[in-house]
Amino acid sequence: MTKSALLIYNSAERQRDMIKTLLGQVKQYKKSAILTPVFAVLEVLMETLIPYMAALLIDEGIEVGLAYGSMDAIIKYGVIMLGMAFLSLTFAITAGRLAASASTGFAANLRSAMFRKIQTYSFANIDRFSTGGLITRLTTDVTNIQQAFQMSTRMAVRAPVTLIFSLIMCFVINRRISLIFLGAIVFLGMILVFVVKKVSKIFAEVFIKYDELNTGVQENISAIRVVKAYVREPFETEKFQKASGLLYKVSMKAEKIMALIPPGMMLVVYALTILVSWFAARFIMGGEMTTGELTSLFSYIMSVMMSLMMLLGVFAMLVMSLASGKRIVEVLQEEPAVKEPENPVIEVKSGDIVFENVSFSYRAGDGGRTLSDIDLQIKSGETIGIIGGTGSGKSSLVNLISRLYDVDEGCVKVGGVDVRGYELSVLRDSVSVVLQKNVLFSGTVLENLRWGREDATEEECRRACLAAAADEFICKMPDGYNSRIEQGGSNVSGGQRQRLCIARALLKSPKILVLDDSTSAVDTATDAKIRRAMREYIPGTTKLIIAQRISSVKDADRIIVMDDGRVNAFDTHENLLKTNEIYREIYETQMSMGGDFDQPAAGREA
Amino acid sequence: MARIPGSRRDRMKVDEKIEHPVRMLFRVIRYVLKKYKWLYLLALVCIAIAAVASLAGTLFQKVLIDDYIVPNIGAEKPDFIPLLRALSVLACIFAVGVVVSYVQQRVLAKISQGSLKVIRDDVFSHMEKLPLRYFDTHPHGSIMSVYTNDVDTLRQLISSSLPEILQTAVTVSITLVSMIAMSGWLTLVSIGMVIVSFFVTAHVGGGAGKYYVAQQQNLAGVNGYIEEMINGQKVVKVFNHEAESVKGFEEKNEKLRISARKANGIANILMPINGNLGHLSYVLVAVVGALLLTGGTAGLTLGTLVSFLGLNKSFSRPIRQLSAQINSIVLALAGAKRIFTMIDEEPEVDEGKVTLVRVETGEDGSLIETVERTGRWAWKQDEGDSFRLIPMQGDVRFNGVNFEYRDNHPILHDIDIYAYPGQKIAFVGSTGAGKTTITNLINRFYDIKEGEILYDGIDIKTIKKDDLRHSLGIVLQETNLFTGTVMDNIRYGRLDATDEECIRAAKLANADSFICRLPDGYNTMLKNDGANLSQGQRQLLAISRAAVADPPVLILDEATSSVDTRTELLVQQGMNSIMQGRTTFVIAHRLSTVKDSDCIMVLEHGRIIERGSHEELLAKQGTYYSLYSNNFSED
Repeated sequence: MTKSALLIYNSAERQRDMIKTLLGQVKQYKKSAILTPVFAVLEVLMETLIPYMAALLIDEGIEVGLAYGSMDAIIKYGVIMLGMAFLSLTFAITAGRLAASASTGFAANLRSAMFRKIQTYSFANIDRFSTGGLITRLTTDVTNIQQAFQMSTRMAVRAPVTLIFSLIMCFVINRRISLIFLGAIVFLGMILVFVVKKVSKIFAEVFIKYDELNTGVQENISAIRVVKAYVREPFETEKFQKASGLLYKVSMKAEKIMALIPPGMMLVVYALTILVSWFAARFIMGGEMTTGELTSLFSYIMSVMMSLMMLLGVFAMLVMSLASGKRIVEVLQEEPAVKEPENPVIEVKSGDIVFENVSFSYRAGDGGRTLSDIDLQIKSGETIGIIGGTGSGKSSLVNLISRLYDVDEGCVKVGGVDVRGYELSVLRDSVSVVLQKNVLFSGTVLENLRWGREDATEEECRRACLAAAADEFICKMPDGYNSRIEQGGSNVSGGQRQRLCIARALLKSPKILVLDDSTSAVDTATDAKIRRAMREYIPGTTKLIIAQRISSVKDADRIIVMDDGRVNAFDTHENLLKTNEIYREIYETQMSMGGDFDQPAAGREA
Repeated sequence: MARIPGSRRDRMKVDEKIEHPVRMLFRVIRYVLKKYKWLYLLALVCIAIAAVASLAGTLFQKVLIDDYIVPNIGAEKPDFIPLLRALSVLACIFAVGVVVSYVQQRVLAKISQGSLKVIRDDVFSHMEKLPLRYFDTHPHGSIMSVYTNDVDTLRQLISSSLPEILQTAVTVSITLVSMIAMSGWLTLVSIGMVIVSFFVTAHVGGGAGKYYVAQQQNLAGVNGYIEEMINGQKVVKVFNHEAESVKGFEEKNEKLRISARKANGIANILMPINGNLGHLSYVLVAVVGALLLTGGTAGLTLGTLVSFLGLNKSFSRPIRQLSAQINSIVLALAGAKRIFTMIDEEPEVDEGKVTLVRVETGEDGSLIETVERTGRWAWKQDEGDSFRLIPMQGDVRFNGVNFEYRDNHPILHDIDIYAYPGQKIAFVGSTGAGKTTITNLINRFYDIKEGEILYDGIDIKTIKKDDLRHSLGIVLQETNLFTGTVMDNIRYGRLDATDEECIRAAKLANADSFICRLPDGYNTMLKNDGANLSQGQRQLLAISRAAVADPPVLILDEATSSVDTRTELLVQQGMNSIMQGRTTFVIAHRLSTVKDSDCIMVLEHGRIIERGSHEELLAKQGTYYSLYSNNFSED
């Protein structure tokens, strides 16, 4: 096999695999999905028979009627035609209903499957997809597939079946003329195959350009302040026009080929008309055919053309949905990077943490190590500060504890057991993490807090909020604990959001609590208050606190100094001041220049 | 960042109703015509010719039967020559039809793709001109959906529905004329059936409308839920909240499924109902035609009736097909409305005339405009027939400035600020005190309500906005990076900066060391807003960007909030060296960032409550002092 042939084979293989994966989600709507084309075929059958009846109506009704002045035959065939039309309508409505039910059900299943799959993703998987990308896949892409599916179950069978039925009817009416039909259809099929082959490649390109264009828009909207501040509107507009120009160019390339189809079809249909006229005229004159049969032949020519038009529409839809299908399947086939163990441990015994010779990188194997040779032993109940420069690996270090990411080498143990041995939910219930980039969800304050523990009483929520210094500002909100939080927590300030997130994490009563720069927007006084409260609220919990400020970590039992992905030192504040240069330097710059500056009670702004 | 509470949500309500669909349709057509008037005319001509050609085929059926077949039936030696001649003529007409149809396809493709490009470009370039207020008051998702959803539905309208409407209009009118010419009575029957079709469509389709609205609403609900949950996916993981998240999703998903099934179900039966009404029409015409034939009074021939039956089909089919499309046309028009609403938004106005120019000192000591990179600027003020050059120094004053984002929600009260050239001015105060707002006013992201802001003695309202902003470098707390290399992102500050200049700027901002550790150094591609970089690293890139711009006045809005203090110190030293003698505004909550400022403004609830140098403010023993001592009180 040549290289290019192999490529085509592979992509055909992949396409088949993709379609299989997609269709796997039809599930309970399989019956509807199969019955739809059945009824569609029945409908087509009726539709094909109707012109035949019309031919009889003309031949036996009008022509004969003309001679004998009798309406009987006209009424007879008229009634038969109406009966067929009624049947056809019944079949069509059934098919339409079934198609709607199957396609929307299929779409709902797809969305559900994707959403459930995303729930199994680990952080590494989430990083791979952009949030915007995932949303488009769940919405626009699924809608595309839904429409394509509906089209294929209802329309795609119609077209070929109409073709075949028309051909059969033609055969019944006149064998020799049906040969002309056959030739025409073969010719049309060749045109279609040619176009499909050429165009689908170009369409793939169109989608890439389209994505790029939209990425550009997205960036411009979110970075509008930067654009405006640097007066880059003309630059961005030019960039956009270049991208839209490219999109125009590839789209036109596809359109140029697609433009061949309608005239191609016309050519065939017209040729058919002329040939049929010629031969039919001779046959009629020779008494082998009737005028009625001729009209139904013309009728069949029309339906051939119509069904081909329809096929074309379906085809365009399918090509467009191919890209969507690919994007959906990517989500469905993504392997979660963090897997549940075979025989999981279901209890975390203590808050001991051990790092044994751990190294880690975000993209395994590309050489860019984020953490290397980490060895740490932390005892249950200790408070550990973590400090270090931008990009030194502080967050990466703590993310390994609750298995948000998996280590490349070495192992992390919690309560004496490798974290990879725990059932994930058990581990994460015991290790509470307040992420650097934290979010709240739309709902009341209480609902948000109960993410920590579903059955927490209002009193327990309040206690957690007191510890996180959030109670004060919550009480000042219009409805207190029942006040609504907008999507993403946009109606509370950064500091308030952080405190709510801490309270939410406290409610878990975790064995280990990780605060990843969680008080950066909270003023120093409140920060101190939170740390004091923490000592009383969860004394037995191991606490890991990442911070920029020395004041946030200096009263910790021990402090880890991170530098360039390695543990530079791990000791008490006093010892570090004496022995560690990095720590001393951070301390001195912060003390000499003052700490933070913010209003002492940020709560009052609410 | 300035938040304008309440306003976002208000605009998020789904507004699907269009008051004047026809007017909207005409606006779309006008829009397309603007650039493609002649091409559209050509397309129209092509459509007409193609329709005539296709009609010729149908009409020929009559001629074939009446003139060539019936007279020859039973003839001993039928004469095929006239038939052959007629067929040749028909073939020529058909050939023209095929060629014209190809031209029509190409022209329509060009028009629809070209119009789409024009619309996209127009929407985008208009969006770029919109004031910041627009972006602060509209959810970004809904702005984005103009590009992804609305333009897409409009594409269908322009590339398939519009030509189809045209084609229908042409075909139907030509067909109608020939039908009337053939038989008035039969035409009445045909028209009657089309009217019935209309009523059925309106009736059934109207019922679908309700479900379509429900479907759109449920779709918006699902989209909103997905957006929120996917955005918070990491939090969902951390809290083991996957099952609850799925539960909430399934509820909304099921609702959407049901409404979508109903809407689609009705849309799906519209076409077959109309199709079978077509069959009914066929039978009726045949029966009435037969009656007329047997009566022999209407001058009807068998060939005419057969032809008429064909015409009847070509008359009612396009109308039926078009009516089946009504839903998608309405949907497209709703999209068109959103597109035009955006295009109709008032752009940022700029009535400023004063421009910023490079200058050098002439031999007589006066300023002369130049194109050289002298590192010196001046404001060029038009004074009737001459120009005045005012040296750009970076003297910024606020005189009694009042400001509100929304009516009756004042944010700043009576702000007076004097920043002398070369000074470093700091703003401190809690979130919401109005710090960022002040910087929003200096570069005219927002315009003040009362008072005045003077820049080197010139009212900033008279300065051309672009030049005003060119003179100010801004680094924001929230960093935005663009798809492209690290180098491209730094160069964003000044497009003609060389690689060396960009690297020098990165070194000044202390970003060089981490950039060098990236897989491809300065050529590393950043995607997804630089997702792989930490907050602090992104801020360092933003500072590099400002450093390469080398602006006369610099505004740093929490620009180093995620950078560790040690790195911050290095960044500060670097920036100080380039900002030597230039004015800097700094917003920060870290004392280390503001301590060495010439003047520190303490803001509270939109008022400046204290001002002075660090030492002066300490000596005052006021708010600043208490905040300062608070920082150290606990230890």
